[in-house]
Amino acid sequence: MGITFRKETFRDDFTFKNSPEHIRRFPFPFHEDAYMYAVNIEPHVVGPKGSVLENLIDVDEHYVAEMQDRALVLAEDPLRCQSLPHMTLAGWDLLELLMEQQALGYPEHFTLTRDGDRWRWINRPLGIDDTFTFGDTSTLPYGPMEYITRQSQGDFCILDQRDGNLWMDAGMVTTQADWSLDFDIGMNFFEWHAPVPLAHEKGIFTRALKFLTNIQQGKPARRLNWTMTINPRLDTSPENYHKWGPDRTTVTPENVGEKVHLRVELQSFWRLPRSNGIVFPIRCYLIKMDELVTQPKWARRLHRVIRDLPDELANYKGLTRYRPTLVEWLSKLDDGSPTSPGFGPD
Amino acid sequence: MAAKSIISRPVYGTLSPQPGKHHLFVADAEGALAIAEMAKRAPAGFFDEAEIVFIPGPDGKHVAALEALKPAQFHEAPSFASLLPRLRQTLANAHMGLRLYLSGTEGLIGQAMQVALEAGIDHTSIETEHRGSLARRMQCVHCKGITENVTTQPATCAHCGLLLLVRDHYSRRIAAFQGVCINAEDRSEIPPMEEIFR
Repeated sequence: MGITFRKETFRDDFTFKNSPEHIRRFPFPFHEDAYMYAVNIEPHVVGPKGSVLENLIDVDEHYVAEMQDRALVLAEDPLRCQSLPHMTLAGWDLLELLMEQQALGYPEHFTLTRDGDRWRWINRPLGIDDTFTFGDTSTLPYGPMEYITRQSQGDFCILDQRDGNLWMDAGMVTTQADWSLDFDIGMNFFEWHAPVPLAHEKGIFTRALKFLTNIQQGKPARRLNWTMTINPRLDTSPENYHKWGPDRTTVTPENVGEKVHLRVELQSFWRLPRSNGIVFPIRCYLIKMDELVTQPKWARRLHRVIRDLPDELANYKGLTRYRPTLVEWLSKLDDGSPTSPGFGPD
Repeated sequence: MAAKSIISRPVYGTLSPQPGKHHLFVADAEGALAIAEMAKRAPAGFFDEAEIVFIPGPDGKHVAALEALKPAQFHEAPSFASLLPRLRQTLANAHMGLRLYLSGTEGLIGQAMQVALEAGIDHTSIETEHRGSLARRMQCVHCKGITENVTTQPATCAHCGLLLLVRDHYSRRIAAFQGVCINAEDRSEIPPMEEIFR
């Protein structure tokens, strides 16, 4: 049996919710009671059944609603999807990767059949059945990157590798944590990370770049990143900051559980076979505080992490305005008892 | 000289004569002085294969100093916009061996570099020297409009009117610093506007 896709929204009435099974599989990002930057990159290999790592490209109950939200963002602002002229081949690489992985992990929902360059792609949840010629952009309704990323959860950055650096030369970015593809496109690895505090001094980016430029085909890697979002809003772009920013002033002790969301990015890194580029999917998972604290270990640990976060990081992540209210609310769920090692719930 | 800050912020050097067959200089206002000083260190005959394109400042100074270098071509333009078609054609018709030198305000260097990038020139091969005003070109991340000659922090977007924090984050492709709404969360918070980019 397949996934039951939820009918829900990430804007206006914000009906997004996680089912109890999805709460248990949430990729909680803290393995201890404190947080600081680290080059926390590990091989992206298949994980336990029932976890978000059961398949290397995860499709979940939010798939259809997320794709509808992406279409709304793109209709408003087509600049969220851009590809510099030399990146079309990498777009085909990405189309192949995502079709293969989604068909492999979810055969009841996706089917890919190939007859030489003639490919047929069936996407049942979105009602798509297209036959096209691989490598011939005129046979698809969009460019290859846009076509497949309108059908895949998460943001996607395609990085060109040259001069010992990685260049952000294409992307589909509609669920970002406050950075602008339109502004950053064409920048190298250090340039687009320039605004991140503390990490440059720690040599994080130099080491991360060394690792990423050595990624081999068939051996993807991953890391987790996190922030917080008020209301389950996928589109927290800088473009619309003046529209969603006021949400941060609406947190009260009474509505923390419903309004405040932990936002976790599962970032993975894959070498692309034809273009030698790297694709960097940034998959966003949201969980509201009421859902998260159903796991007592997570409640205790999140309290300690947010309470002890250095101010500079709290500021960069945009938590400053509502942090005291959140910490006070979480403190009532922390009896001070120890937490078990590792990410998972007890 | 601009203070050092984050990594995406451009760093400018001092013009120096490069090996090459042709030399194209684009400068505005006090950028002319950078060319004149470099000329003292240039080998004999260097300007025989050089073109200087110059946008004088409001005081109209330095034209004679540049003409005295006797470049193969000298062109005076009233504004960057008026210079653009000529610059695009020069770069489109350029051959291997052309070297590019940009000097003057950040806005001039950034916009000339933008045209050069579009013509396929690697930014690391371009000689730059900052002279004169620190006024910034700013792109509003919200409406995408560019505001020229921003001298204050924060600054008002000339297109949509939002009050913007002028960041150090810089895009060569757009040739602008990023402006992000400074009071997006609470529009009633109005920080004082200070003149800091002079």
